[in-house]
Amino acid sequence: MAKAELMPYDKAIEMFEPVLGFEVHVELNTKTKMFSDAPNFFGGEPNTNVTPVDLGLPGSLPVVNEQAVKYSISLGLALGCSIAPSSRFARKNYFYPDLAKNYQISQFDEPIAFSGSVEVELPDGRLFTVPIERAHMEEDAGKLTHVGGATGRIQGAEYSLVDYNRAGVPLVEIVTDIIYGAESDAPELAKAYVSTIRDIVVSLGISDAKMERGNLRCDANISLRPRTAPGEPPAKLGTRTETKNVNSLRSVERAIRYEIQRQAAILAKGGTITQETRHWHEDTGETSAGRPKSDADDYRYFPEPDLLPVEPSAELIEELRAALPEAPALRRRRLKADWGFTDLEFQDVVNSGLLNEIVATTAAGASAQSARKWWTGEIARVANVRGVDASSLVSPLHVSELVALVDAGTLTDRLARQVLDGVIEGEGTPDEVVASRGLAVVSDDGALIVAIDEALASQPDVLAKIRDGKVQAAGAVIGAVMKAMKGQADAARVRELVLERANA
Amino acid sequence: MSTETPPTTSESARPATSANSRPVAANSNGNGGSNGPGEITTEQVAHLANLARINLTTAEIAKMTVELAAIVENVAKVTEVATPDVPATSHPIPLTNVYRPDVVGETLTQEQALSGAPEHDGSRFRVSAILGEEQ
Repeated sequence: MAKAELMPYDKAIEMFEPVLGFEVHVELNTKTKMFSDAPNFFGGEPNTNVTPVDLGLPGSLPVVNEQAVKYSISLGLALGCSIAPSSRFARKNYFYPDLAKNYQISQFDEPIAFSGSVEVELPDGRLFTVPIERAHMEEDAGKLTHVGGATGRIQGAEYSLVDYNRAGVPLVEIVTDIIYGAESDAPELAKAYVSTIRDIVVSLGISDAKMERGNLRCDANISLRPRTAPGEPPAKLGTRTETKNVNSLRSVERAIRYEIQRQAAILAKGGTITQETRHWHEDTGETSAGRPKSDADDYRYFPEPDLLPVEPSAELIEELRAALPEAPALRRRRLKADWGFTDLEFQDVVNSGLLNEIVATTAAGASAQSARKWWTGEIARVANVRGVDASSLVSPLHVSELVALVDAGTLTDRLARQVLDGVIEGEGTPDEVVASRGLAVVSDDGALIVAIDEALASQPDVLAKIRDGKVQAAGAVIGAVMKAMKGQADAARVRELVLERANA
Repeated sequence: MSTETPPTTSESARPATSANSRPVAANSNGNGGSNGPGEITTEQVAHLANLARINLTTAEIAKMTVELAAIVENVAKVTEVATPDVPATSHPIPLTNVYRPDVVGETLTQEQALSGAPEHDGSRFRVSAILGEEQ
């Protein structure tokens, strides 16, 4: 694949206005599927969590999962949407074996929720209102594995294998209206928007929201239009591309930035943008052309005859509204006050997208400052090196256990980083890693004193200096003792003991 | 499709949502608006055949065009009695909110699931290589 030409980002923004739109799919964490009583669980043995409904077998009939409807309404309300007094399901017809029926049950002209907005916080703390067009219910598709061919992708595959365990998993698709005015913050806004949706569904408890597992998936639409002189009407909207396969918050930001630079380079040369689906490649940080949007996208929607209209009562809607958790923006303000973080510290947390992890870590017993230090420090650093989301590396419970070990003096910060490494590598809980790697601080003064006396005896000149009051000379002895202890001692305690023994 | 399509919905038509509006006419399939009944063209039939992955000869397309036109015309008689104040219906029985509790039931075994598959690898359905991409 030839490298696409990219325009420097600042120049691209100077010449063009980015216009955005997002479709975010959220997998609901109900116990069963959207239209069947198969467990809402995939992974494991293929084609075991399926019923005749999920396989589209003749004579089977779908029935709507009541919990999924309630979750969808709650999500709609949290997005500031109106809830339709009557909404229907529709068949989206297409021929692709990820669903056995040759159609997906979705919603078309009557989504359950419509016309809302979401406040999104940009890295500099500014609030940006993202308009929401609709949120609708649908079912997820099965998983295909392409076999044969050089790349394991669709092109050149000899055949494909299908696992329907995921088919029928309840989804809500959230579609934004056209988003204007993001300007140079477009990549950051994209990340902040998806992060906010994640915060909302997590706070509602309706999805596991793990992007790396596909619980939350984002398709990012972007187009550019040339800037016009002040007073002139804005230019017509440019042709958009839709980037799929964006599976982390970081990738959302990178993919938008890349597409802006790529499209700008084409437009500046007088070229045209092809309206198409593009695939994000995490490894190269590029997008590549996928399916052109053409009349193949003719889904022949029609009302699903097997399902009846969903008409939630006003009482139910109000009941769900009353049960909504605090909005993420308000919650953030409250947490900042509770935790006593400075503006800078708190902004750092928000930008890292690790607010929920820190909340969970404090709930497990760690102090907010310790939780912040580990998540935005070492864990974020490792995540960055590996190019994954920090939340996928380690659980809040393990972080709180790590903090407890440091607080108890069992680990120094340096040792704790090694324990964290072990936890990330899947070696077990922090306690287990301490035991298996033998990393606990030597807190037995007796062992330290033996090492100190030995070090002092072998460096009589240093001993003399310390006795002359040249305390900084103790460094050499402390270093020798730490080395003897293989780093597993508390340096401050060693120092205390060195001075004590030297002057004894 | 216009090259000025706004950068949001992936669907071929943007559904009207603001008033939760319900199309009254039968034409809610999102394909190019209402052409009125009876206007079945050979192009439309060829397009449909393509979507449905059915190979039709020119002669078959011509024959189907006439037959489909007759069917559509017949069905279109309903518009003679449908007025804008008659809500569209998708189901003959006036039932709503028929739900299932979120309780796990019985699933098929893998053997049962695959029992009707023309080809499988012991755990997954095997299908021929697919042209085109995921939807």
